[in-house]
Amino acid sequence: MIDYDYKIPTSLREAIGLLKEYGNNAALIAGGTDVMVKVRNTRNAPGVLISLRRLNDLRYIQKKHGYHIGALTTHRMLEQSDLVKSELSALHDAASRLGSVQIRNVATLGGNICNAAPSADTAGPLLVLGATAVLEGPKGRRSVPLTEFFTGTYQTVRQPDEVLVEFNIPEEMGRFGSAYWKHTRRKAMELPLIGIAVAMRLSEDRGKILDARIALSVAAPTPIRASLAEEFLKGKPFNDEVLQEAGRIASSKDCCSIRTSLRCEAWYREEMVRVFVPRMAKLAVERSKNP
Amino acid sequence: MKKVSVSFTLNGDPVTAEVPATWSLLKTLRETFELTGAKEGCGVGECGCCTVIVDGDAVNSCLYPIPEIEGRSVTTVEGIVGKEGAMHPLQTAFLENNAVQCGFCTSGMIMSAKALLDKNPDPKEEDIRASIAGNFCRCTGYVQIVEAIQMAAKKK
Repeated sequence: MIDYDYKIPTSLREAIGLLKEYGNNAALIAGGTDVMVKVRNTRNAPGVLISLRRLNDLRYIQKKHGYHIGALTTHRMLEQSDLVKSELSALHDAASRLGSVQIRNVATLGGNICNAAPSADTAGPLLVLGATAVLEGPKGRRSVPLTEFFTGTYQTVRQPDEVLVEFNIPEEMGRFGSAYWKHTRRKAMELPLIGIAVAMRLSEDRGKILDARIALSVAAPTPIRASLAEEFLKGKPFNDEVLQEAGRIASSKDCCSIRTSLRCEAWYREEMVRVFVPRMAKLAVERSKNP
Repeated sequence: MKKVSVSFTLNGDPVTAEVPATWSLLKTLRETFELTGAKEGCGVGECGCCTVIVDGDAVNSCLYPIPEIEGRSVTTVEGIVGKEGAMHPLQTAFLENNAVQCGFCTSGMIMSAKALLDKNPDPKEEDIRASIAGNFCRCTGYVQIVEAIQMAAKKK
């Protein structure tokens, strides 16, 4: 029988203290939409669940010398934020399509990233937006670029005594346009078969690509950036031929390690990367403000 | 078995329960309070049969840890009826519009719709569809359900 204790700290300091006290016997829970499923199905349920739900000062979306999003911010808050919709559009695309309203009302951005599923919807958008994750532990705070955050499937650099507290996105990302495509069979309550996030910045006359970021989910053991395709795009003219070649590079073995799984065959995932990298790049450009 | 004592508002009344810390809100509603309107379908937050409203938001009660309910306000389908058991406009609309077949999803559907209408009394069809995207119906299909919610919105 599963039997765990449930602690509800009311401050971050208290939460970190409890993590230190219970060590490997404890697990963190935020919105609980992943954790509650996990603790019910596993015989390795933790001795103690430490809840972050009452840390309401970690629920915020701010713009001040860049963008700052508290780790406890729910997907519903992101979905309903005009700032996120207009300036961090890819993240808005992802937050509005994750789970259902019931899930989005409680599920947190920090939880989606710390769960570290290869299919995490918000990971690709945060990767192309150049996000940094801020972790706080007994020894203080440290910042980790999201590109270094995932160490494997369901594994991250977060230490057992650390809490993810915030995401920072550089101010310059406001000058990019971005978009995320969640490729699914149904319109709702789905995991992506493949996820494609793109951020673009063009020259003033919109003829030349100044900067491009591409991220893929379900294309490798962790969400990844397709760096070779990004490098290819930089400085190139903005046209169909160039975008298609970027899609081809992104889908190749040089960028990702797409595999066949129960949910989808590899060839189809690769094909959809080739199709949606150009489409998302165009949507990103459409959404971008004057450079 | 570690127990927790929680005090919260249930359908407008202050209540207290002492239950195992591992229980969900759904289990507590059904086992302790014998409110069986919210149902367990999948148990993992996909089907929406367990939907209730917590502090104004629709949530999957099967994934809601009971210790978290302390101090909050919960509304279940049993709590939306009017005086002397009069049906809620959503319930009437579901019946009149044939939006119920086996009925297993109905209380969840109605709670998702209520959470929507409480915040947005004049929703577009796409708002309605988004609000019930996490509620699965395996018999009638969704057209009559969407129409029933539109009907209830008009009546209000």
